Amino acid sequence: MLDTGNTAWMLISASLVLLMTPGLAFFYGGMVRGKSVLNMLMMSFGAMGIIGVLYVLWGYSMSYGSDVGGLFGNPFDLWGLKGLFTMTGEGFTFTDTNGLPDIVNVGFQATFAIITVALISGAIADRVRFGAWLVFAGVWVTLAYFPLAHMVWGGGLLSGDGPFGSIATPIDFAGGTVVHINAGVAALVLALVVGKRKGFGREPMRPHNLPFVMLGAALLWFGWFGFNAGSAFGANGMAGLAWVNTTVATAAAMCGWLLTERIRDGHATSLGAASGVVAGLVAITPAAGSVSPIGSILLGAVAGVLSALAVGLKYKWGYDDSLDVVGVHLVSGLWGTVAIGFLAVDKGLLYGGGLRQLVVQIIIALVAVVFSAVVTCVVAFAIKKTLGWRVPETVEVGGIDLVEHGETAYESISATRVGPEVRS
Amino acid sequence: MKLVTAIIQPHRLDSVKSALEAAGIHGMTVSEASGYGRQKGHTEVYRGAEYTIDLIPKIRLEILVDDPDAEVVTSIVVSAAATGKIGDGKVWTIPVESLTRVRTGEQGPQAL
Repeated sequence: MLDTGNTAWMLISASLVLLMTPGLAFFYGGMVRGKSVLNMLMMSFGAMGIIGVLYVLWGYSMSYGSDVGGLFGNPFDLWGLKGLFTMTGEGFTFTDTNGLPDIVNVGFQATFAIITVALISGAIADRVRFGAWLVFAGVWVTLAYFPLAHMVWGGGLLSGDGPFGSIATPIDFAGGTVVHINAGVAALVLALVVGKRKGFGREPMRPHNLPFVMLGAALLWFGWFGFNAGSAFGANGMAGLAWVNTTVATAAAMCGWLLTERIRDGHATSLGAASGVVAGLVAITPAAGSVSPIGSILLGAVAGVLSALAVGLKYKWGYDDSLDVVGVHLVSGLWGTVAIGFLAVDKGLLYGGGLRQLVVQIIIALVAVVFSAVVTCVVAFAIKKTLGWRVPETVEVGGIDLVEHGETAYESISATRVGPEVRS
Repeated sequence: MKLVTAIIQPHRLDSVKSALEAAGIHGMTVSEASGYGRQKGHTEVYRGAEYTIDLIPKIRLEILVDDPDAEVVTSIVVSAAATGKIGDGKVWTIPVESLTRVRTGEQGPQAL
């Protein structure tokens, strides 16, 4: 029996999460220099193009199809979404799970795959060939994202049915491991394999449009209600709890980041506010369905402080994670996933639930880190040896937009029209 | 004829403009400029990375005047733009060899 309320909410949620990727494009686009803003936007839009197609071909099947060794779903099982609907003389009929048509879930899940890949692009801003990025997007989502989604959400290795389920049921409500740890580790690996931007740490690389960054953060916050409250898979109290937890953790994280900056650098900056918002959203993602609103305040505030401190590490250790995907998504993703072990109501350490949940949360976080690191290394080096990652140095200095895309974002005052001719 | 050029603080533009209008000067060219003199820039911190912003936003005013007006215009600009703080800018005057109004082709002081 179709549940129209739940179905309506999940269609809205899917649409909200899809909006996050253009939001992310502006969040990232404002942070780069004006000469490479279009390339930054295009990396996110490119991920929408590639993964939007792959998801219906084999993405859904590899995530939720019949299990192969606990690692991934059989890509041919639901290839092209076959079996999710049938056409009869009277029209389409759809399979459903608890009253929610599976085809609606396909839309919802596809948007998660898209944004996870788009998140990675921030680590390699300004310097990567667009074609190499698109190839990476398609290969990485197939070898890293779909399998990890299967392991955590599709009944695989890291789900309650897996080997660690006997300790406690692992909790990843909306994607701390699958999305944020996965993307954060991939970002670190790519930053190392692709290498630094020319002039990193010496030349000024300040954000060229902070209002874009703030606008992007606002769109991400809005879209994240689909991400987290949608992960309740119903229009119900759990969705409401996830909504409230998401907002309160995000608010607290913004305060945490701004306070850290105020003490360390003397000012509460708009970039800090936008960054704190995202850190909080990331941290609450795995925990939104298992902690209390009060617990969310603590969880978010710690995430804001941790990420504000972590973004400085790239200068200390010399890796050019250009837009701090590691400092924000990996650090807050790890914190949120592990914090469940302390803060989950009834099961967490601070609620007298003992160590079992904490242990299992650390295990799934570590497995996700190792899995993502290994797969990303293989894909990144394969692309380095075959296609090559980098644009020529002259292109990087002159601005990647013009050479990779044939466009510039802002310099159009001296344009002269040369064709095609208009028919008179 | 003379060309009076002034570099002033952006927030003083409105008072300079109204002071000149009150004195019957009805035309100027304004552009956004950046630069530095004795006033050095400031620092900004983005996610812990510090940048020195050494070129500071200024407003550049250009006013064409007849010879006798140059000194008056200079003193009006100076008094309207002054805040007494470092970074208030400069005003200088140079002679203009020729002047033509594009619409009518009028030349010399008539084109002012």
